Amino acid sequence: MTVVAARELRDGEVVFVGIGLPNLACNLARRTHAPHLVLIYESGAVGAAPERLPVSIGDPALVTGSLMVCGMADVFQLFLQNGRIEVGFLGGAQVDRYANINTTVIGSYERPTVRLPGSGGAAEIALHAQRVVIIAKLSPRAFPERVDFVTSPGRRVKRVITDRGVLEPDGPGGELMLTALYPGVQQSDIEAGVGWQLRSRPTLECVDPPTRSELQLLREVLDPKRLYLKG
Amino acid sequence: MSLRDAVARHVHDGDVVVIEGFTHLISFAAGHEIIRQRRRDLTLCRLTPDLIYDQMIAAGCAKKLVFSWAGNPGVGSLHAFRRAAEGGTLELEEYSHFGMVARFSAGAARLPFWSLRDYAGTDIPQANPRIKSVTCPYTGEALATVPALNPDVTIVHAQRADPQGNTQIWGLLGVQKEAAFASRRVIVVVEELVDETVIRSDPNRTLIPASIVDAVVIEPWGAHPSYAQGYYDRDNDFYVAWDGISRDGQSLDRFLDEFVYGVRDRAEYMQKQPDLADRLKARARFCAGVNYGF
Repeated sequence: MTVVAARELRDGEVVFVGIGLPNLACNLARRTHAPHLVLIYESGAVGAAPERLPVSIGDPALVTGSLMVCGMADVFQLFLQNGRIEVGFLGGAQVDRYANINTTVIGSYERPTVRLPGSGGAAEIALHAQRVVIIAKLSPRAFPERVDFVTSPGRRVKRVITDRGVLEPDGPGGELMLTALYPGVQQSDIEAGVGWQLRSRPTLECVDPPTRSELQLLREVLDPKRLYLKG
Repeated sequence: MSLRDAVARHVHDGDVVVIEGFTHLISFAAGHEIIRQRRRDLTLCRLTPDLIYDQMIAAGCAKKLVFSWAGNPGVGSLHAFRRAAEGGTLELEEYSHFGMVARFSAGAARLPFWSLRDYAGTDIPQANPRIKSVTCPYTGEALATVPALNPDVTIVHAQRADPQGNTQIWGLLGVQKEAAFASRRVIVVVEELVDETVIRSDPNRTLIPASIVDAVVIEPWGAHPSYAQGYYDRDNDFYVAWDGISRDGQSLDRFLDEFVYGVRDRAEYMQKQPDLADRLKARARFCAGVNYGF
């Protein structure tokens, strides 16, 4: 999943990096096919070149050797609202049929069953990045027909990278459809991980498996302590 | 001034309190001192409540939380926050990061609100009626608005300041400048006190001028387990450990008893953990330097 997400990024793009797996995927891309990727973190690091995998998006390694460090008012106003971000990379507890993301609450807002962290910068990343990519693990709970709370609207989502295949909206703002399968995965495996009747493109792409060097970078160089690579 | 005196003088029951710093330079020393002095009914505001507000919520200091992302960065949940939020015992006022930044920007500029292009299609304004909108008088566009945030007191940890309070920060800058200018009172807590000539040798690095500072406190390692660029690294192991410590109220209380109530100040807190300094002390990475001559 992380490898497929990394391949989404083109060399030289300006990417706004979210917490969790997006962080790992962006750093993998920078060390493989996209050495000129410009990583922007909401913490204010622009053109970050971390020597170690940042544990949080405010890690000191994001500052050392970066191109620019600015205050957060500048990140949101001069970069994001200004339209300077090409790709926004988000994770989410829940993703629905129309790619809306929920990172706020499971259940009602007033008396939630599970209180999640909330938006952070995700709401505005989803509204302002030219292209939004989501990484999330498939399960009917994580992919309900409708999210309990829309933290980040799905309008600009171009792809949802899961652990079994790739979903894409049927046109801007359209419902998510299955478009690509990972090696060895059946269409029914993916349908079972989604809480609605998932439609598929007539011809499904087959995603290339991770290369040895991609896996080695992930497991031995980027995340040897398995901070992000769990399970 | 000691941190004890600064908190006693400037932080009162019922105040709107900001301890800012985005991952970087979070004044845990000040948070712990507020807990020790048993302040109550505080409205705590921060983009990311982080472990410090989780501890202050657990200690009973908070009546209300104003925030935009309440998790343990890179780890998972803030459990004291979650217990309070899921149990309905803490009042919440929730924004996104941009919304919180905009609130501080309005407060710092002494404007009543800030406008931003945000929230369309999200449920956040339904959860928080203080997020409103305005029609642009020039283009007719509907823009989101958030109200100014003007705290009673803002506490900022920094690398260095002079005795008057001219404060220099490098590394991640967060919203400390806006929060400080928005605030009625400002406490600066620093790793190092330096002479005014040091500040004057590099004025571009000054984030907060002495004219808005009410108290300067010297407190080395005052940000631990957060970090201070060039001084010490973030204690990621502690952030991971907090997940276990805070999962039940009793082990959290034991932590507070031992590391907050059980010490008089930051120096004692550090003496209790003699290996910390070796493990986290920053290596040197100096910049090239600039010529300020004319």
